[in-house]
Amino acid sequence: MTETVGAVRGLSREGIARRLARDLQDGYVVNLGVGIPLLVPRFIPPDAEVILHAENGVLGLGPAPPPGREDPDLTDAGKQPATLTSGAAIVDSAMSFAIVRGGHLDVTVLGALQVSAEGDLANWYVPGRNPAVGGAMDLVAGAREVWAVMEHVDRSGRPKLVGQCTFPVTGRRVVTRVYTDLAVFHLVNGELRLKECAPGVAPAAIRARTAARYVEDLSWT
Amino acid sequence: MIDKLRADVRSVLDVVPSGASLAVGGFGSSGRPDTLLDALCDLDRRDLHLIVNNVGSDFTGVGRMLAEGRIRRLTASFPVLPEFYDEYFAGRVELELVPQGTLAERLRAGGAGIPAFYTPTSAGTMLSDGTFPLRYTGDAAIAECLPQREVRDFGGRAHVLEYGIVADFGLVRAFAGDRKGNLRFHLSARNFNPLAGMAGRRVFAEVQHLVEVDELHPDDIHLPGVFVDDVLLASQTSPKQATIAGARDDGGS
Repeated sequence: MTETVGAVRGLSREGIARRLARDLQDGYVVNLGVGIPLLVPRFIPPDAEVILHAENGVLGLGPAPPPGREDPDLTDAGKQPATLTSGAAIVDSAMSFAIVRGGHLDVTVLGALQVSAEGDLANWYVPGRNPAVGGAMDLVAGAREVWAVMEHVDRSGRPKLVGQCTFPVTGRRVVTRVYTDLAVFHLVNGELRLKECAPGVAPAAIRARTAARYVEDLSWT
Repeated sequence: MIDKLRADVRSVLDVVPSGASLAVGGFGSSGRPDTLLDALCDLDRRDLHLIVNNVGSDFTGVGRMLAEGRIRRLTASFPVLPEFYDEYFAGRVELELVPQGTLAERLRAGGAGIPAFYTPTSAGTMLSDGTFPLRYTGDAAIAECLPQREVRDFGGRAHVLEYGIVADFGLVRAFAGDRKGNLRFHLSARNFNPLAGMAGRRVFAEVQHLVEVDELHPDDIHLPGVFVDDVLLASQTSPKQATIAGARDDGGS
């Protein structure tokens, strides 16, 4: 692993999940992708009732069951044993994606390989590897908000917020927010705006690690 | 009297020819009709077109079919099993990669008499622009790509035309079923099963529990018997697992 720019200490993966969870509001219906998004539930504020949706037809997904209590007929979208929360509902896959595509999800939280300045998302396929898409393209096409979660730069130190995605896209102009270890960005009217720096991270450090054009708009915090 | 109960799975599935298209329920191993899939392997059916969300993570069920070289084309959203991709890149299996929600809706539409529909999913991506490889040649070149989708603007947004799927056969696993073919599923094992049941011209259902007519309350029937032709008791033993060695022996490659 090499660093192309000087070291900067941002949030841990848990820290990113904790920061994002603060923005989930009471009553939201949310789909969480694999990776950092799966760390989010433990940080949801206890006074916020958030309904988690899983693509395989679960509304009201709960935490993993204790050992010995797994039910092969109840899994999450990652095919891991799951539980239900009080008030949960089960639907078939067509209804599950009617919820997704029909705009009935408040937020989908997905990991990202790249996000472009215009909100294009690449997260489904690295050419040369094994292609699989799952529900990612439906989720970004249908959810009211698409929050991308990722490390700010890749393992080689290259920016993941880019002018144009070089990886195949999952959807175009779909991302509404980006949460990284260094910053929070919002997309407003097709324009990327830096809304928040992680504690101890200077705006200049973010500028040095971001290839996408954006506007500094730090007034809201 | 309507009686769709069948005792012998192999004699029922004998009507399925090699080369058939099969819509299969299940999400990974959850709700996957392994009794039916195993029977088709035991009957040595080959050259099959499977429409199923995933291959799974081992050599049971759809994975067994793959290991034994029985799949010609896979229509799926998330194949996963690395050995599947070995077959795909070697040009021995075709992959029609479809977004999961599009796959579900294509099965529903096919069963509902809707030949095609527009969806925003996959607009502007490789899965609709005609560049995703459906089939490779034996020497790793692309032989054929998925067709470019027709695109139409609705409300200022691009949508792609997707076709409903009608399969020769539907393979379903349910929690409970009766002699009229009424089915009830259990928790997230429901997933693609009602849709595979709608999309098949002839539908086989394996059930974990056979129940008397009226034991399932009319409000609790998830897929009515009108969609189902044959009801079989699911095997109570664990599914058969093919080995990689078995794949090489049987694959004929």
